[in-house]
Amino acid sequence: MIEIQNLSKSYGKIKALNNLNFVVGKGEILGFLGPNGAGKSTTMNIITGYIPSTEGTVKVCGFDILENPREVKKRIGYLPEHTPLYSNMTVIEFLKFISDLKLVERSKKKNHIYDIMELVNLADVRGRLIKNLSNGYKQRVGIAQALVGNPDVLVLDEPTVGLDPKQIIGIRNLIKDLGKKHTIILSSHILPEVSAVCDRVVIINKGEIVAVDTPANLSKGFRNCSKLQITISGKRSLVEKTILNINGITDISVDSVADNEVIKYIIESSKDIDVRESLFFAMAKAGYPILESKPLNISLEDIYMQLVTDEKEVIS
Amino acid sequence: MYAILKNELKSYFDSTIAYIVIGLFIFLTSVYFFLGNIYNQSSDLSSLFETMGTILLFIVPILTSRSISEDRKNGMEVLLITSPSKLSDIVLGKYLAVLSVFFVMVIITFIYPMILLLFSEQIIIPLIGEYLGLILLGASMISFGVFVSSLTENQVVSSIVSFVGLLFMMIIQPISNSFGGTISKVLNWFSIFSRYDDLNRGILGTNTIIYYLSFISVFLFLTISAIEKRRWSKG
Repeated sequence: MIEIQNLSKSYGKIKALNNLNFVVGKGEILGFLGPNGAGKSTTMNIITGYIPSTEGTVKVCGFDILENPREVKKRIGYLPEHTPLYSNMTVIEFLKFISDLKLVERSKKKNHIYDIMELVNLADVRGRLIKNLSNGYKQRVGIAQALVGNPDVLVLDEPTVGLDPKQIIGIRNLIKDLGKKHTIILSSHILPEVSAVCDRVVIINKGEIVAVDTPANLSKGFRNCSKLQITISGKRSLVEKTILNINGITDISVDSVADNEVIKYIIESSKDIDVRESLFFAMAKAGYPILESKPLNISLEDIYMQLVTDEKEVIS
Repeated sequence: MYAILKNELKSYFDSTIAYIVIGLFIFLTSVYFFLGNIYNQSSDLSSLFETMGTILLFIVPILTSRSISEDRKNGMEVLLITSPSKLSDIVLGKYLAVLSVFFVMVIITFIYPMILLLFSEQIIIPLIGEYLGLILLGASMISFGVFVSSLTENQVVSSIVSFVGLLFMMIIQPISNSFGGTISKVLNWFSIFSRYDDLNRGILGTNTIIYYLSFISVFLFLTISAIEKRRWSKG
């Protein structure tokens, strides 16, 4: 659906994007993840034809954005950063204006707008001025605006920024629903959002792609050991000795100590062995009760931090 | 183009700008008409038209200052450019919207010659030239104002710059003549007001009409280029 090849963008000497390559398949929700200033918005502005690239090609549904901009623009609905809206218009006036702008046929216009307002839950506020709406509703108007003209591809730049948690969940569910019919590229610097909504993630930093994969694969690939947080009551030295004797356990460290010798340990084991059973029997045999046990999964957050944090930056 | 035109007109008439500007224009011209024609019992409207040109100098920058700069400021420009509508249609729509507001003013001024027609019928033929001149002059000034508003996202800067620019065009002829040679020719190209005076005096030439039309085309083209250039250089 969207093919991006060798995409670069320079502002004078500053390279904002450097040789980006990725493909978005039909019906996919792609998360575009990176810290602020990584080049997310620049990439999206190029895909939607707002700014031209310095090098490389962007193809949407087979049409090149530089050679055939109108065909591409017909197929893309864009929600830019900061959601531009005419605040002195009512919701319905604004959507009518956008459908005129997107050259929606006049006979279909009315039904089309009502369908969209139904879909994104705006029907109740259709007669209200946009400036009087809450941020959540404004964002919905922004998404509605992107849906006008029924584009195959939706490009949403930070769609949940500035919303309260309840509104965020609402918008996320909406995006998931839209993903059934549209191909979506979504940018965000909020990790849980991406893992909650997206099929695949592109992580970029300083204009370069550092990883492309599904959220699940990313977590798997980055785990070279599995970790277990476990609380055991018993004398520390003896417990540690027993645990280290169990096959597959590579390391043990103390996380925190409560009184009466109740200690929380972090146990590391090799990736492919599940040590929980043998741990249970070993502890039962030795007479040290396990009070609590919890596997620690590496989260997308850890991967992200590993990928986008330079070692140099950490030192300084 | 139609979408932009409709929307711009709506925002002019939804806000108070259009009413204030039109009201101001009509007030000033009415005062002048009363003093110059009714009070002096004169049926010669040419000095009224000359004054209208001067009033436009103050009014056009107010009307055009928001034209393109506002969309740039509130980010709507992104939506406009990424829509399948052509950039030229968008600019043309914006231009025609300001032009329509101007036409409303022109139509209201029909009342002055109508009053005079009650007393004398000799004014009809010069009137055609005078109105043609007024419309062409206004349309040219507006194209310049729209161009200036595409250069900045600050409306105040936009209106000041277009006011100064238009003022410059008004006083340019005596200045440019003192240079002589090519410079004077180049500078004279901008003197939209001197040609207006010609039309006002009843000298109606096709070259004057072509001049105004090309002035408008050049500035609309420059507006489109300015927006394009900004897209290519920044983002």
